[in-house]
Amino acid sequence: MEGVNLYSWGMYPKIKNRHFSFKDLKELSSYMRDSFSYIPYGNGRSYGDACLNDCILYCKPYNFLLDFDTQNGIIHCQSGVLLAEIIKITIPRGWFLKITPGTKYITVGGAIASDVHGKNHHIDGCFSESLLEFRLMLPSGEVIQCKKGDELFHATCGGMGLTGVIIAARIQLKKIKSKNIRRIIIKTKNLTETFECFEKYASSTYSVAWVDCLTKGKNIGRSIFTIGEFIEDGDLNYKEKKKLNIPFTFPGFILNRFTVKAFNYFYYHKFQNDIFEEIVDIDNFFYPLDSINYWNRIYGKNGFLQYHLVIPRKEGYTGIEEILWKVARYEGGCFLGVLKFYGKENNNLLSFPLEGYGLALDFKINKGVFELLNELDKIVVKYGGRIYLAKDARMSRETFEAGYHNFQKFKEVRKKYELYKKFQSLQSRRLEI
Amino acid sequence: MKFVLILGAKSDIAKAVAKVFASNGYNLYLCARDVNELSDFKKDLEIRTCVRVELKEIDINNIEKHEEFYMGLEPKPEGIITTTGYLPDQKEAENSHMETIKTIYANYLGIVCFLNIVANDLEKRGKGFIVGISSVAGDRGRRSNYIYGSAKAGFTAYLSGLRNRLWHKGIRVITVKPGFVHTKMTKDMKLPPLLTATPEEVAKDVFKAVQKGKDVIYSRWFWKYIMLLIRLIPEPIFKRLNL
Repeated sequence: MEGVNLYSWGMYPKIKNRHFSFKDLKELSSYMRDSFSYIPYGNGRSYGDACLNDCILYCKPYNFLLDFDTQNGIIHCQSGVLLAEIIKITIPRGWFLKITPGTKYITVGGAIASDVHGKNHHIDGCFSESLLEFRLMLPSGEVIQCKKGDELFHATCGGMGLTGVIIAARIQLKKIKSKNIRRIIIKTKNLTETFECFEKYASSTYSVAWVDCLTKGKNIGRSIFTIGEFIEDGDLNYKEKKKLNIPFTFPGFILNRFTVKAFNYFYYHKFQNDIFEEIVDIDNFFYPLDSINYWNRIYGKNGFLQYHLVIPRKEGYTGIEEILWKVARYEGGCFLGVLKFYGKENNNLLSFPLEGYGLALDFKINKGVFELLNELDKIVVKYGGRIYLAKDARMSRETFEAGYHNFQKFKEVRKKYELYKKFQSLQSRRLEI
Repeated sequence: MKFVLILGAKSDIAKAVAKVFASNGYNLYLCARDVNELSDFKKDLEIRTCVRVELKEIDINNIEKHEEFYMGLEPKPEGIITTTGYLPDQKEAENSHMETIKTIYANYLGIVCFLNIVANDLEKRGKGFIVGISSVAGDRGRRSNYIYGSAKAGFTAYLSGLRNRLWHKGIRVITVKPGFVHTKMTKDMKLPPLLTATPEEVAKDVFKAVQKGKDVIYSRWFWKYIMLLIRLIPEPIFKRLNL
């Protein structure tokens, strides 16, 4: 057991914790017999308190690759392996992740537990869609094979590590003929135009929009809308580039309404034409923020919150507009806004995406931010939306239960396999799941 | 087909060294007792780096078998890295012949007998390298670990002589002296963070030393100066210290 504190990516909340790791299943099952509760933790890239507890099972060192079937594009690995490690070996062989979030520095276990999604959700769904099967250790020490259709599969995907310890997984990859992507960037003047873009380009494999959250009035919701498709130029020579490093935590005042406004202004006007086309590589397209180590440090020592919501398609425009209005008037400012059109909801009990519009917003921890988010919660609930558990550090049990209709079933699974005593996080206790 | 042989392959430093050499395109012979415990590690390395990794069973204390073992390797390795080591409890070693003998075997006798065979072969072939992982503990005997330290001192002297002999044949012999390292061997010790390296750091230093053809390196580098100071203390004073 080590004394070093582990945090989540948002560096909020900060609590004292101790952690331990395991080298093999025998060691892991010995922890199952201990009386205290803990939460599995991968690479600490979820933002809120879902990976925090006073006792943490640090799974990243459990990270052997077990097999790579280069014919069929199937990778079999232990749960601590990072997506970055996977793509490093699969891209040169012409395979890439079917589903990837905006960072490659998450573990496979974390990807399953948060059932992560990416820019192609409207076409390909969540990470669980690429999951052929995984193995899970229960509190009894028993190891269970889970695949689509199994109760524990649908509870574990999106289950925030509350259903057992994910040990290893087999993941189906997708064939690519290049590491390069043709990206088309469209500047939109307001939210209406942004939504039109999503509807118009619904057949593009990858789509996302960066929203300027500080603009008010008729330009509210102006965006840099991006779509992309892999090209077929045969260039599979993938190498990680040198990365920038944020060596220390910035003083809190550096990010404020004015600096953010200036940044947004330059970012928006960086693209001179309204439509802009370019060829970029995988790292550039999918993982722009990964090129800066510890970018979370720019938010200062108090950390930040990411608020990630989704509103069903029918009310999507109205809901998102209402939220942007509130955010634009918020004193503290919102540094990053990302809007995305989602496809159909899946069968997992606590998976986040549902057919509609998702918006992710970053806020520095400030006095007013919790009040603002409570108000946003009300709007989200009003329109039948929900908030992403992997980003959450503060929502109420009521908001959670209103958004996730299967929460009762999830609790039943937790009870049935006696998971609730062993696996707990700050989040699970707050939301009483 | 360039092969590197790693002796004592189950140690943390050995695993880190294996990763660095594999990712630079070297095929590996991983040699240890009960070596099949490394089968997951082997598979993982092969997938990540596309090199060939072979597991070879050897008991370094069983000196009679060394020749036969080495003759069985085909192709012969281009280089060898020994990471074998055993750190006894000093007090226990003072009171137990068995513990003392075990320490000398694991840190000196077994490796030296094995390296004799390798050295003769490399000399005949006229190329290659030998890396011996010794320890700063061998630079001067101290009351806290002089049984371990004296075995390492012997090993350091052996490597020095071997380097002198093989240099003329174009074979490099590199002595690596790690200070504190976070490993299984030291997991129950309280180590000062600034002075303590990770196995990965040591492995990088080893690889760099091979690339650059260094003779003696310390890992972390500043141990060189710490040990220099320790060696400079006059014996009449040194014997009074509690080191």
